[in-house]
Amino acid sequence: MTFGRGLRPFSIASAVLVTAAFALVFFYAPNDADQGFIYKIFYLHVPLAIVALCGFVAGGVYGIKYLRSGERADDLRSYVAIHISLILAVGVLITGSIWARASWGHWWVWDEPTLVSFLIVFLLYACYQPLRFSIEDPERQARYAAVFSIVAGAFVPLNFMAVRMADSLTHPRVLSTTGGSMTGEMRLTFYTALAGMACLFITLWKYELASKSASIQLRSLKRRLAGDDGLAPLARSSAPQQL
Amino acid sequence: MAAVSAVVRKDLRLEARAFESVPAMLMFSVTTFVLFHFGLDRGALAGDLAAGVLWVTLLLAAVLGMNRLFATEHEQGGFDGFLLAPVDRTALFVAKATVLFAFLVAAELIAVPAFALLLLEPGAGQALPELVAVLALADAGIAVVGTLVGALGVQTRARELMIPLLALPLLIPVIIGAAEATAPLFAAAGAEPLPGRWLAVLALYDAVFALLAYAVFDFLLED
Repeated sequence: MTFGRGLRPFSIASAVLVTAAFALVFFYAPNDADQGFIYKIFYLHVPLAIVALCGFVAGGVYGIKYLRSGERADDLRSYVAIHISLILAVGVLITGSIWARASWGHWWVWDEPTLVSFLIVFLLYACYQPLRFSIEDPERQARYAAVFSIVAGAFVPLNFMAVRMADSLTHPRVLSTTGGSMTGEMRLTFYTALAGMACLFITLWKYELASKSASIQLRSLKRRLAGDDGLAPLARSSAPQQL
Repeated sequence: MAAVSAVVRKDLRLEARAFESVPAMLMFSVTTFVLFHFGLDRGALAGDLAAGVLWVTLLLAAVLGMNRLFATEHEQGGFDGFLLAPVDRTALFVAKATVLFAFLVAAELIAVPAFALLLLEPGAGQALPELVAVLALADAGIAVVGTLVGALGVQTRARELMIPLLALPLLIPVIIGAAEATAPLFAAAGAEPLPGRWLAVLALYDAVFALLAYAVFDFLLED
């Protein structure tokens, strides 16, 4: 299994794009009239959130692929996508909290649907790893994790819709149909940051896939050399351990 | 169809003889109402507070039903027996969702009047047909998600822990919709009209999850 393909161009692209995005954020994008400098955390917070949610949905898509094909590689892809999205989601909650404190005066605002629905999604996906960990049989673990990732992936848009119906206008709608309230300079910066974050996600995803599959292959080579007795038994893990 | 009714009849007979789920859900609900009375230190509730207390209690009581839903199948080898039978696997999903729905209705038949008696402000809550509509839609959502999560969680090591952890976040849209729809019905000055869009949200949620569960449930049984 060659997961490492395209790693170098993706690494270079994400390094360039993320650097460009931060340069634009600090030197090019104008300060906001109301919020001043602090609003610029939005160029980190919003791309993180969008990429994390897309990563969750991608995990569900690979879950569907796994159920259709039964290939362990798809289970690994789904697992790594959700794993990295979960890490990004922690970043989203932290940056969102900082932004909320700076611009609304509170660390957490309950009447804010976007914030609350993100927290719900995060809580749901936080159960993904415990679920995998509590199933011992690797085949069943992969199958149940795929079912979970599909249900949860479909839950993401539904949940946002339900929570958003509570109609709050505090949170800025940056990607509304009218284009929001962004000026051209802000939009350029925002889309660069979004592209950078997406590239970074794909790069990290590929690195993690390559690393996981390398250690799985290494183990099977060791087994061929030393036999089953020469290997320490596998510790129970929430990550897929076979390909 | 025959398979569905056979499983439903089996579960209902089991419940009628062993009293495992419904009495537990009922006792839990009533005890929780008493807890809320002391925790909030209020004699009577109205409006959104009453709706919130009712729905949080019913949701947590439903988790007890989910925990037990597949327990006998898991412990006594019922899954193997079902897989050996030449019937569609979806029949088990439909049957179990029906059973959970029936358990919820049975528990609520006593728990909701008990709530009205113990905690509801006198004069509030005179819109029974609307309340029944909200209860039915929310119960359908809880039954569908509960069956799916119950089947997912019963095979894990920490069943009693995984099922609530998975089910409660998934059911947050239900509690939002149900609580928002119930709050005006419990208004202190008499019932206000039912907000239709929350019923629509509940119905949409039920439909989406029913389709989703129908699509993925088979994979939880494959062995």
